[in-house]
Amino acid sequence: MTQLIEIRDLSKVYERGRQKVEVLHHIDLDVEQGDFVALMGPSGSGKTTLLNLIGGLDQPTGGSISVGGQRIDQLSSGALAKWRASHVGFVFQLYNLMPMLSAQRNVELPLLLTKLSSAERKRRAGIALQLVGLADRVAHKPAELSGGQQQRVSIARAIVSDPELLVCDEPTGDLDRHSAEEVLALLRALNREHGKTIVMVTHDPKAAGHAKHTLQLDKGSLVELASVA
Amino acid sequence: MKYLHLIWASLFRRKTRTVLTLVSIVAAFLLFGLLDAVRTSFTQAGQSANGAARLQTGSKLSFIQTLPKSLEAQLARVDGVKSVTYSNWFGGAYQDPRNQVFSFAVAPNYLDLYPEIEVSEAERKAFETTRTGALVGEQLARRFNWKVGDHVPLQSTIFPDRQGSKNWQFDIVGILHSTDKKASGFWDQMFLLNWKYFDETTPFNQGQVGWYVTRVVDVNQADRVAKGIDALSANSDHETRTQTEQAATASWMKQLADIGLIVGSIMGAVFFTLLLLSGNTMMQAVRERTSEIAVLKTIGFPARGVMGLVLAESLLLLLLGGVVGLALASALIPVVASASGGTFNLPTMGAGNWALGLGLMALIGAAVGALPAWNAMRLNIVDALAGR
Repeated sequence: MTQLIEIRDLSKVYERGRQKVEVLHHIDLDVEQGDFVALMGPSGSGKTTLLNLIGGLDQPTGGSISVGGQRIDQLSSGALAKWRASHVGFVFQLYNLMPMLSAQRNVELPLLLTKLSSAERKRRAGIALQLVGLADRVAHKPAELSGGQQQRVSIARAIVSDPELLVCDEPTGDLDRHSAEEVLALLRALNREHGKTIVMVTHDPKAAGHAKHTLQLDKGSLVELASVA
Repeated sequence: MKYLHLIWASLFRRKTRTVLTLVSIVAAFLLFGLLDAVRTSFTQAGQSANGAARLQTGSKLSFIQTLPKSLEAQLARVDGVKSVTYSNWFGGAYQDPRNQVFSFAVAPNYLDLYPEIEVSEAERKAFETTRTGALVGEQLARRFNWKVGDHVPLQSTIFPDRQGSKNWQFDIVGILHSTDKKASGFWDQMFLLNWKYFDETTPFNQGQVGWYVTRVVDVNQADRVAKGIDALSANSDHETRTQTEQAATASWMKQLADIGLIVGSIMGAVFFTLLLLSGNTMMQAVRERTSEIAVLKTIGFPARGVMGLVLAESLLLLLLGGVVGLALASALIPVVASASGGTFNLPTMGAGNWALGLGLMALIGAAVGALPAWNAMRLNIVDALAGR
């Protein structure tokens, strides 16, 4: 297996007023292509910060992050935006869909950055929605969908441009158990059947149980690496 | 164009607020369209191809100061002058002092110098031979429902007759038609009476002339001819000021009211209010969408692209309201002109008015969208997603 993510000596310091808060301390981490990693840890341990750095939403204070052989810590903000558009899909706890757009238009959003025709964008959005089991909900707006359905639309949006990496921040944090299981099963299918590499932050040990590996973070340091059979 | 649905959806995210803002933009541009028509109407007065070949000579002191009629023969002898005529302001009102009528007492050859005013030979003859005869502009005739043969009283706001009465009697002998539609607002409102009847009836004129109009042989020599005319009265008690008809009309209009300044002031206040109102709408709209903008940036929209989307939204808002406002103004102008019975002769909106309006929409749209667009561009994704 090849490494998709290589993190070396990564640290992140936030400045709050005059105070400097070191959120991540010298982290080394490798994630193989096709892996499904759950990041766990107490609140304030640095899980979301690490996820944001892996997804190219933030820049580290020190160390390096390579994703697919690309040193993303060295990219300008413009280049990083371009990189995110084609290499990463994001799934958030609160879905973060555009409330005024239909499910299909929401899923199409990342494709607006490509040169695809309108018909092709529509076709691909349809396929993505079909993949998440919402082919019959294309015209529905987020308010007309349940939480689980909204999260599945959000997953369709994350995969529509066929990125190799999915970063998920508490994707089941706002869902009931049944919907959470559906979403997790979907993520597992994307990992196992479509080869997507997934890094997921979660508080829920049951959710983490769907991952192949679980990483434990505490006070900004990686303390434990557990493999799931 | 592929972003249009996104911009449109963002704009109408809060329908009531957007519609209310649009109504205020429509109202502002409707007002702009109407007031700009008034300004254009005033600007166009006196502007005509024939007007370029005419000079107006009035008193250097004030336009209400008169000149001796003896100047007529001297003016005719100035090198470059083709013909001379003269006129006096009558200042008439019909039935009610508010019904002001553009009324001039004119010399018999007055219409010779105004080929853009059409009147039939028979009517012109009747005007020359009827002492109390009057020629009236077609819009003025329509306004008061006058026709040839009508006997109409006018009240002069300035000149009484020898018995002290300011009520004058006239017989309408012809209707004036303007062939120059650009300046028709002026001529179609005109009431012309015989200068001789005027001079003989009022004791306050005594052979005095309000202003002279000269037609020059060569338009390119107009400046030299004007200086030659003014030189005739230099250092006398009736020094003159000669200028082109266009300049004279503009200066005369300015003494009545500086329409440009009035229109500019009103529109300045209206657009300033609009700027604050729509600026507030845009700021609120973008502030409410902080997390959505963060998501756009997360999935790869570049910072400048996000800024462009917000600016486009602001421009679309102004364009939607502005175009509807101008279209309404365009439709209302003929209605207002017709309803006023010719009191307001407003020109239809042309390409120039539309270009100015569209320019203002773009300018206000850019100004209104600039700050929220800048904020959206600088939005930090991590902070915005964390709700900070």
